[in-house]
Amino acid sequence: MIRDFALADFGFLLMAARWTVLLSLAAALGGGVLGLAIAVLRIVPVAPLNWFAIGYINLIQGTPLLGQLFVLFFGLPLFGLSVDAWTAAVVALSLYSSAFLGEIWRGSLQAVPQRQWEAGAALGLTYRQRFSHVVLPQAVRISVAPTVGFLVQIVKNTSLTALIGFVELTRASQIMTAATFAPLTVYLAAAAIYFVLCFSLSWASQVLERRLHVAR
Amino acid sequence: MSLVSLRNVVKRFGAHEVLKGITLSIEEGETVAVIGRSGSGKSTLLRCLNALEAVQEGEMTVAGIAVTSPDADLNRLRARVGMVFQSYNLFPHLTVERNVKLALKLVRKMSDAQAAQVARAMVGKVGLADKLQAYPDELSGGQQQRVAIARSLAMQPSMMLFDEITSALDPELVGEVLRVLEELAREGMTMMLVTHEMNFARNVADRVIFMHDGRIHEDGPSQEILRDPQTPELKAFLAAVLH
Ligand SMILES: Nc1ncnc2c1ncn2[C@@H]1O[C@H](COP(=O)(O)OP(=O)(O)OP(=O)(O)O)[C@@H](O)[C@H]1O
Ligand SMILES: [Mg+2]
Repeated sequence: MIRDFALADFGFLLMAARWTVLLSLAAALGGGVLGLAIAVLRIVPVAPLNWFAIGYINLIQGTPLLGQLFVLFFGLPLFGLSVDAWTAAVVALSLYSSAFLGEIWRGSLQAVPQRQWEAGAALGLTYRQRFSHVVLPQAVRISVAPTVGFLVQIVKNTSLTALIGFVELTRASQIMTAATFAPLTVYLAAAAIYFVLCFSLSWASQVLERRLHVAR
Repeated sequence: MSLVSLRNVVKRFGAHEVLKGITLSIEEGETVAVIGRSGSGKSTLLRCLNALEAVQEGEMTVAGIAVTSPDADLNRLRARVGMVFQSYNLFPHLTVERNVKLALKLVRKMSDAQAAQVARAMVGKVGLADKLQAYPDELSGGQQQRVAIARSLAMQPSMMLFDEITSALDPELVGEVLRVLEELAREGMTMMLVTHEMNFARNVADRVIFMHDGRIHEDGPSQEILRDPQTPELKAFLAAVLH
């Protein structure tokens, strides 16, 4: 039953890493769309919407991601709503990401100096033109580094879904360890894969920042 | 009719009255220097003229637009009244060319080719034709300020407002910006400029307005006003700035 860690096993880890990537992408996408909505709710001059957004952000940021995963995966079935591990993982990670991305993007919008709004106004641009041609592009540039930084966290946090039995890179490593009894080799291989994923993201972010002429 | 006409304009920030009843006319082609102590309301006056600040009382018509009427089209007003700020405020994510083209395309509805042609001409006029493809952070302060002027002029405004546009510049860069202003005055552009450069006010402006405590305290031909101040406040101010 016990055998050596072989190249084929590394292949098994890579196949599982595919789920890590897919889950990260789904969370980035879901969290991105929701996060945009949260950023808007946080900024619009309507107090109840601001409160709602602030409450949501505090709730999500103030509780551990693992707890959110457990509530979705083990809690919902108690109410007769059974969810599979993939669905629970995507929903929990999306909610979690939306609270953080929303705050990052709100901060980026507000980091664009008021003077830039005024310079646009002084040229006769309408409010929407000022927003979309002057402020938003600068906010996007400001947000690249923190956004990618957070996505790196997400890639690593997908490992928590191993605890609800979702077979991504970390869960696959546990399975592989049980089969090969070579935990050090297996987890080093897994760590290397995580590193390549995260490092590629950071590298892409640096290239993007250079291309976009981020204001210094 | 005058290009600018204000009657009893009052501007407050909360309870703080900053403009305390300004009455003023400016004719086409005039170059008006605005001087006065810090906090006297010079910037606020300029910012009210293109409605970056709303006024609370009085009547104001600028470049044919009744600014104080409730249905005034403020974006149209601003497209007719150029403004250059102390801190340049170029768009850092756009090249010099695209800084100038942006409003031409969005507001003046020019094609990209037309806008590019105007941008080349205007940036050339301020002596920076070789910098069209540069980004603002690749330019000196004086160069950025000249681009800001070109960006504003490209809109073919009826008048220009300049708020201490040389104050943030290193001394050796002030001259190149003032020369652009001189040239504009010679061409007959109507302009109103807040400045601490008294020589410039004396030699280039036709008229000087001295603001004091939210009011126009003295107003007249630049040579006269600066040579022969009538009020103790202006005497004291001139004594302080001319040391
Ligand atoms: N947005 C604002 N909110 C509240 N008060 C303001 C605001 N802008 C200006 N003020 C106040 O209005 C007064 C006039 O300011 P203003 O900037 O017009 O002066 P200024 O003559 O341009 O001075 P300086 O030479 O320092 O530029 C000051 O007391 C200032 O504190
Ligand atoms: Mg000022």
